[in-house]
Amino acid sequence: MATLELKGITKRFPGVLANDQVDLKVSSGEILGLLGENGAGKTTLMNILYGLYNADEGEIIIDGEVKTFNGPGDAIAAGIGMVHQHFMLVPVFSVTENVVLGVEPTKGAGGFLDIAKAKQDVRQISKEYGLEVDPDAIIEDIPVGIQQRVEIIKVLFRHAEFLIFDEPTAVLTPQEVEEFFGILNGLKDSGKAIIFITHKLKEVLEVCDRIAVLRRGAMVGEATPEATNEEGLAEMMVGRPVELVVDKAKSTPGDPVLEVTDLIVLDDRDHPAVEGISFTVHAGEIVGVAGVQGNGQTELVESLTGLRSVASGSVMIRGTDVTHATPRQIHEHSVAHVPEDRQRSGLVMPFTITENIVLDGYYDEPYSAGIKMDWKAARKKAEELVEQYDVRTPGTEIPASSLSGGNQQKVIVAREFGRDVKLVIASQPTRGIDVGSIEYIHERIVEERDEGSALLIVSTELDEVMALSDRILVMFDGRIVAEYEGGTVTAAEIGLSMAGAS
Amino acid sequence: MSGRPPETEDKEQSGFGAFLDDLTGVNVDWRAAVLVPALAVLAALVVSVIIIIVSDIDLWREFSLSALGDSLAQARSAMWALLVGSFGSLTATSETLVFSAPLILAGLSVAIGFKAGLFNIGAEGQMLIGGMAAVLVGIKFSLPIVFHLPLVVIGAIVGGGIWGGIAGLLRARTGAHEVITTIMLNSIAGLAVIWMLNTTFFQAPGRNDPVSRDVLGSARLPRLLGFLDRTDLRLHLGIVLALVVAYIVYWILFKSTLGFEFRAVGFNPDAASYAGMRVTWLYTSVMALSGALAGLAGMSQINGVLYRATPGFAAGIGFDAISLALLGRSHPAGVVAAGFLFGALRAGGLEMQVATDIPIDLISVIQALVVVFIAAPALIRAIFRVKTGEEIGQLTKGWGT
Repeated sequence: MATLELKGITKRFPGVLANDQVDLKVSSGEILGLLGENGAGKTTLMNILYGLYNADEGEIIIDGEVKTFNGPGDAIAAGIGMVHQHFMLVPVFSVTENVVLGVEPTKGAGGFLDIAKAKQDVRQISKEYGLEVDPDAIIEDIPVGIQQRVEIIKVLFRHAEFLIFDEPTAVLTPQEVEEFFGILNGLKDSGKAIIFITHKLKEVLEVCDRIAVLRRGAMVGEATPEATNEEGLAEMMVGRPVELVVDKAKSTPGDPVLEVTDLIVLDDRDHPAVEGISFTVHAGEIVGVAGVQGNGQTELVESLTGLRSVASGSVMIRGTDVTHATPRQIHEHSVAHVPEDRQRSGLVMPFTITENIVLDGYYDEPYSAGIKMDWKAARKKAEELVEQYDVRTPGTEIPASSLSGGNQQKVIVAREFGRDVKLVIASQPTRGIDVGSIEYIHERIVEERDEGSALLIVSTELDEVMALSDRILVMFDGRIVAEYEGGTVTAAEIGLSMAGAS
Repeated sequence: MSGRPPETEDKEQSGFGAFLDDLTGVNVDWRAAVLVPALAVLAALVVSVIIIIVSDIDLWREFSLSALGDSLAQARSAMWALLVGSFGSLTATSETLVFSAPLILAGLSVAIGFKAGLFNIGAEGQMLIGGMAAVLVGIKFSLPIVFHLPLVVIGAIVGGGIWGGIAGLLRARTGAHEVITTIMLNSIAGLAVIWMLNTTFFQAPGRNDPVSRDVLGSARLPRLLGFLDRTDLRLHLGIVLALVVAYIVYWILFKSTLGFEFRAVGFNPDAASYAGMRVTWLYTSVMALSGALAGLAGMSQINGVLYRATPGFAAGIGFDAISLALLGRSHPAGVVAAGFLFGALRAGGLEMQVATDIPIDLISVIQALVVVFIAAPALIRAIFRVKTGEEIGQLTKGWGT
């Protein structure tokens, strides 16, 4: 029986105590859930375990022996395997080629690749652990859920005894999540030790044997699923009681604000990503768009906000045709846009909070007159919004990159909601941020609705769509395949639609 | 597990840093911004002393302590000559400033490109075209100096601006990377200058080689120390122009909406277009502005020093400008400081070549070493065991983005 123990791990970065005396233990045949907000130190801890960082203090003990890792190679040799959130696969290689990449079996003196042996090994592993895959399939042709299995086979091929999963369910449909849990249990039964990193409370309760909670770099407690519930875990993570259910009254839809008719949008490779969508969002209602990542939601939002050209169809905002409008014209139609990826397009990371607050309104009163920026006015607005939107920061003149993900997202929400808006288009408004910030942003979204705005919320987090929406549209393969009233439908039903079942 | 705990950095703002913050209205880690470049210069000078010693032929013929002593003495007198030649007298200081003026202007040209995420390698070509425009205005019109000089300046801005703008337009319309196009435009500009200098309009009467007529007296930048009536004091209005332009560039970058757009595009073009900025238009205007600044550098050489154009009048200043912008961290104040330093090295290098027999090429080596050390701040931190929080960061985007 193998055991992995972390003892008193401490890691400091300039000005930050990322891990503070963390103890952790996991043994064969056990699934340990590692729960924590973003920035709580989960990733740092796992990077130490995987040999990417050296701890300042503390030791890693495997089967009673103290180990030193100077790189992932050492960690792999010691039996540690990591399945990253973003898969590390070569899209044009086959399953087998990806599995053996870097540790290829060879034959003969010339060191020729023994692909037959490799295929045999992959089949063997896939049979042993119930990870069904076709060894000859090309990665880019298989669904994400299967790609994840390939990642698991990869670590098993390297004889991992301790498997670390970093946010493994983020990219999966609800059905795939269920299958994945089956795989986890199978691995556990065959004697592997598993660390399951996540911020989703439901999932740890469902699949883990023990749950360890990190907060601000320190281990704040351990729990078993039997002895706790979502509220208890959330409180441990955040340090205060958290409202998990969005509290909102019934919506009172008014006039149509956003009218989309027969919209067709092409992706970067000129293939249709949105294939003839029509829907309407009214004032005072939240319409949620559910769907697995990559089913046209990104292109839909980009076309509605002027970032991507519309191939055909029309978009009307409050009776004005904005089908071919620029992002700035859309902005001037009182539209708030919370973009999908805050770091890629929502913020200029090296810019200060003030600069980010005026990122899309800088060209006009009160932030500028003519060509001259009025930084005083900008700073004043930034200070107001930081206060009002509870952005945790030492000041407005520090770069956005130094904020946590949740606070970065609050800066965007503050900028977009902090003026008179009639329509909100928000994509993944709470992706990768902590429970406390999610609660806060959800409250703001409902508040906007109650003030009479129309809101379109696109999210791959089904729970979020269900919690917020007055109406739910499900996108699959560029089309809206189902529409539900909020509160009248179960996750399982939506999940089936998300997978394309009709 | 082992490893020293890294000391948490004490980011105390010194009085001077706070003063600079107030002055510029931007919050910058001044210690990091000043310390690394200063140490890079120091390291480059130390390495160049070593180069002087190991390249001493006498030392290789027969190694002896006295030969080593001679080499050391030579290195010492070389460094002394650098100092004397750059600041040792009124003439030396004047020469330093004469060299600094075009360097600062061209450095600003490259720096404003860096700020917007564009790598303008074409300052040399833009100097040539801007300078030729200044020659054209300088010989074509006969006007009082108060009208003629501004016209010369406008000519240089337009000439350099068009040449830079072409690269910007190509980037915006077709995605052609500005590194490639500006290198090509440098070659085109170089040959175009030779062709122009052989036309009857430009060519000096009675000459068969490519040399232009002299620009009229009213098109020359006035000498600042002319009242002393000494021909060796070449200091001219160009340095004042360079400092004024540096302030204007600073104002554009940090106080205007245009500069806000430049910097946003420079850091994150995706966020810029999300925010409604017209990224392609910005690329064109940044390159045009960058070219205009380089054009002014060419004008400063022509109308301040040479008074006529020859094929090589840009003299590599457009390439030194890249080093300079790096050293100055693309900040106008940094570029001015770096411009003075490079100007001093050029002026001092001449004195060094005369006083010792070390060739002036050593100056290029020093400049190159400065860039090496700037580009590898980790090296500087390792050598001097200093900790600075900030990396130099990505200057430009990769190919084809």
